[in-house]
Amino acid sequence: MTQAETDLDTYIGATAALLGIQIDPSWLEPIRFHLEVSLRMARLVEAFALPDNAEPAPVFTA
Amino acid sequence: MSSPTASRDWHEADWRDAGGIAAAVNAGRARAVDVTAAALERIRQANPALNAFTAVTADRAMARAVAVDAMRAAGQRVGRLAGVPFAVKNLIDIEGISTLAGSRINRDHPPASADGVLVKRLEAAGAICVGALNMGEYAYDFTGENLHDGPSRNPHDLARMTGGSSGGSGSAVAGGLVPLALGSDTNGSIRVPASLCGIFGLKPTFGRLPRTGSFPFVSSLDHLGPFARSVRDLALAYDAMQGPDAGDPACVVRKSEPTLGKLVAGAGGLRIARAGGYFRQGAFPEALQAMDKVSAALSVATEIELPEAARARAAAYVITTTEGAALHLPRLRERPGDFDPDVRDRLIAGAMIPAPFVAQAQKFRRWYRDAVLRLFNDVDVILAPSTPCTAPRIGQKTFVLDGVELPVRPNLGIYTQPISFIGLPVAAVPVPLPGGLPIGVQVIAAPWREDIALRVAYTLEAAGVARAPRPANMFAPTG
Repeated sequence: MTQAETDLDTYIGATAALLGIQIDPSWLEPIRFHLEVSLRMARLVEAFALPDNAEPAPVFTA
Repeated sequence: MSSPTASRDWHEADWRDAGGIAAAVNAGRARAVDVTAAALERIRQANPALNAFTAVTADRAMARAVAVDAMRAAGQRVGRLAGVPFAVKNLIDIEGISTLAGSRINRDHPPASADGVLVKRLEAAGAICVGALNMGEYAYDFTGENLHDGPSRNPHDLARMTGGSSGGSGSAVAGGLVPLALGSDTNGSIRVPASLCGIFGLKPTFGRLPRTGSFPFVSSLDHLGPFARSVRDLALAYDAMQGPDAGDPACVVRKSEPTLGKLVAGAGGLRIARAGGYFRQGAFPEALQAMDKVSAALSVATEIELPEAARARAAAYVITTTEGAALHLPRLRERPGDFDPDVRDRLIAGAMIPAPFVAQAQKFRRWYRDAVLRLFNDVDVILAPSTPCTAPRIGQKTFVLDGVELPVRPNLGIYTQPISFIGLPVAAVPVPLPGGLPIGVQVIAAPWREDIALRVAYTLEAAGVARAPRPANMFAPTG
């Protein structure tokens, strides 16, 4: 197991406790896989520079 | 026990379109009760093989059919969908049955106390709801597989996926059980099964059709829409369902804009381009072949690139997994063992994505919307594949896109996600290929221009390029 995977497993354990989700040890590997995919997607989006005043898509109307 | 490979010859009535049924009922050449009884019999015969339905509302349907016939006999208007049987993805409420959304957990929910708004509107036009349809669990799916109910099966090859998550909708319409069905599309769940099952589907503009009375998945991306075997039927159903509803805050207050009468205007004068770049990468030869056929039929010579489409797909992915996780967090805490593990593990991972990534995805969404809308200054329609390939085998976990082995489940929607991400209307058209399975093409228009997407789809259908192919046999039990 790589250090990155170990770090992610530590993160999963801590976040699951924070969220109140009980994780069976057999679920850890698929959760890590999906988390890695989602984080890869998230980083791709984060890497796109947007101005500070960029508005999010949903706009609340009072 | 029925054999999943049994079949019988088709009767012409099996493949009748909604418009034809309604015209016959309105003219007194057919009775709604006979049409409905025939549909229920087809479902009884074929559903053991197709597994499209999870509930059949036979008593309700027959009572409604009797009422339609009585109204006509009394000289009352019975509507433009009079006597047309339709079925409903089981995340839209049907009064009297629980809205499962493909889950085990929702089986504990009480029966819905009222129909969803779209079901009410179709029935107000004379259509007859015959049941609820199988789907991927909580709509987080592109395969049509379901751990609890079993997979919906593709009528063109029972060993293959329907696509999802509206898998039962695809199977029921392509298999001739009903001419019309409702589905939902968050990232491609109408367009993917329409492609793999070889039928037409309409994903309207985000906010066009009300979702009131449906089980949500990702409220900022969820759309509802119809499936049919002809463009005319899509337009008929869509026109009957338009109009605002206060129960859905995302549904805009906008007058109904009927499309049926505009279909014959065709594609003449429209500026049509083919999406290149991202929408060529990963495409199997059959997807490119379908695109070539459609492009040739429309004399398309222009290829354009949707800017940052890969990033748009990534942002849709992030919003989906995090909003979906937020929706299901209480169930992930309390009943994790009752989920399909494929869904549960994705949702748990989604709950763990840091919030700044989600905020950035929503900001990028607006940037991407503005960038793509600028393209519509120069074109009226953009063509793109619906799926990278024809229907994979049920149970197939991976496929190779651009030389990389990837999971099938999240990647069947690579070409649909960047489009629904910004709510563009799409008519998904089926393209039969010689000797092979059908595959779909997206006809994409600017926001609120469903009429243009449907006009182009109608042109392709009239030219014989887009067509819902009839499966070789009507499925039936061997007794």
